[in-house]
Amino acid sequence: MGYKQILDAYKNIPGGMIEAFNAIQDIYSYLPEEAIIEAAKVFNVPVSKVYDVTTFYSMFSIKPRGKNVIRICQSAPCHVAGAAEVVAALERELGIRIGESTSDGKFALETTECVGQCQDTPVITINGKPYMGVTPATVVDILAEYK
Amino acid sequence: MAEEMRVVLRNYGKINPLKITDYLSVGGYEALKKARTMTRKAVIEEIIQSKLRGRGGAGFNTGQKWAFAHKTQDDQKYVICNADEGEPGTYKDRMLMENDPHAIFEGMAICGYAIGANKGYVYCRGEYPHLITILKTAIYQAKQHGILGDFDIEVRTGAGAFVCGEETALLESIEGHRGEPRIRPPFPTQKGLWQKPTVVNNVETLANIPVIIDKGAAHFAAIGAPTYPGTKILTLTGDVNNRTFFEIPTNTTIREVIFEFGGGIPGDKKFKAVQIGGASGAFIAANSLDTQISFDAMSAINSTLGSGAVYVLDETRDIIDVTTRIARFFEHESCGKCAPCREGTARLHELMWKLNSGRGSAKDITLLKKLGRVMSITCLCGLGQAAPTAILTTIERFSDDYEAKLM
Repeated sequence: MGYKQILDAYKNIPGGMIEAFNAIQDIYSYLPEEAIIEAAKVFNVPVSKVYDVTTFYSMFSIKPRGKNVIRICQSAPCHVAGAAEVVAALERELGIRIGESTSDGKFALETTECVGQCQDTPVITINGKPYMGVTPATVVDILAEYK
Repeated sequence: MAEEMRVVLRNYGKINPLKITDYLSVGGYEALKKARTMTRKAVIEEIIQSKLRGRGGAGFNTGQKWAFAHKTQDDQKYVICNADEGEPGTYKDRMLMENDPHAIFEGMAICGYAIGANKGYVYCRGEYPHLITILKTAIYQAKQHGILGDFDIEVRTGAGAFVCGEETALLESIEGHRGEPRIRPPFPTQKGLWQKPTVVNNVETLANIPVIIDKGAAHFAAIGAPTYPGTKILTLTGDVNNRTFFEIPTNTTIREVIFEFGGGIPGDKKFKAVQIGGASGAFIAANSLDTQISFDAMSAINSTLGSGAVYVLDETRDIIDVTTRIARFFEHESCGKCAPCREGTARLHELMWKLNSGRGSAKDITLLKKLGRVMSITCLCGLGQAAPTAILTTIERFSDDYEAKLM
């Protein structure tokens, strides 16, 4: 499904723009400029207002990014459990820094605050799927699932 | 030995959340049927008498909130389930939604009946995509069974903004805007979602409702601490042997939580501090461990129960480093609407970073205390008001740790 069909499906839902953007990102991994301009038409608001919304929420990206979005929790419980070592291992393994995407377009690396899986820290999520108790050693196996 | 008491987690592990017949077979939706035979006022009175107070952190009397929305006359009212839990170390609402979604819908439908609302929303944080499927499936099944009657429930998904847990920011987000808090009053019970009277209740609060209607206000009010009765789900993280969740009566002490339920500190190390309530919570030292976790007992020691996250640090931890991390959390999550929070959270983090890297002076600590006090009074919403809490309480209770890092 393309962004036009998605926006069309949500156009009659009051406040449905955020729902539509979540659905668009599930497919595109980010919010393409054309989708933002189209959303302004569909929801009958200025383009500036759409950017106002998209840039507010940390899960929305208006820049192209890797297909599989890896987010590393930086909150205090993960912090004391060794999140920094996991960040270092991911950066080394993927050859990119936090905030970047791999050149083959497969992975994007981001930080996040608490994702609510604190029973086994540190935690990372890939496309929203949580991986608990991650170590620099297990990172390699986890990434292999997506390669 | 203190014991667990599962009231909101009554069906945990006992039913399949994706089979409504399982919920029905354990007496599910009986409380809704019972409530609908009562007058709306009698339902509200029952909740008021139970003394149930909000489990999201603010601790407001739930029945009183419903009474306000009931009294406001309008052609449309709403019930909203706040499922945007985001306080670091908290996952209680996820547990409830994963395991017993109908208990939450039943609570919402009872509220809808009581205040005269036929529409409800569950605002679930974007970090829980798997829950969206569970919630939507459960709602579909409830509709198929005709159990909710004319009460409709819709699920909305957040997109990664901690501030949307603040009820008016949450309303803005459902309306499709930036999640910036509104100036209150008017309160949501007068002008809420699309300016209509709205009750916003936390997931855990709503899961208590069917039990109160079913067993009566007196039964509930007799559990735990008299002014904050019932149970609380706590989630334990950090340096504690049992990093898991418990549901306990509200008169349980912090010591019991950490050393009995939590099994104490790993590796025979000593306890240093505990932060209760997530990043917004105060750090508590060993001399306050015999405090009960109830809202008022915690207030009495200038601390909070908050969301019920319990984050334990052992004697080897660098509390200044942890507090710096927490300061960064608030800088990141500040929505930017009001200046004291937008600027204040950035400056708090900057000063903490300076101290943490051994470049700070006593003057910086004085500045932190002043800025923190100003923010706690002048910020627009709870996020900014609570942002300095970890800093102010560590300066007060762990001053030696700050001294040791001064330039």
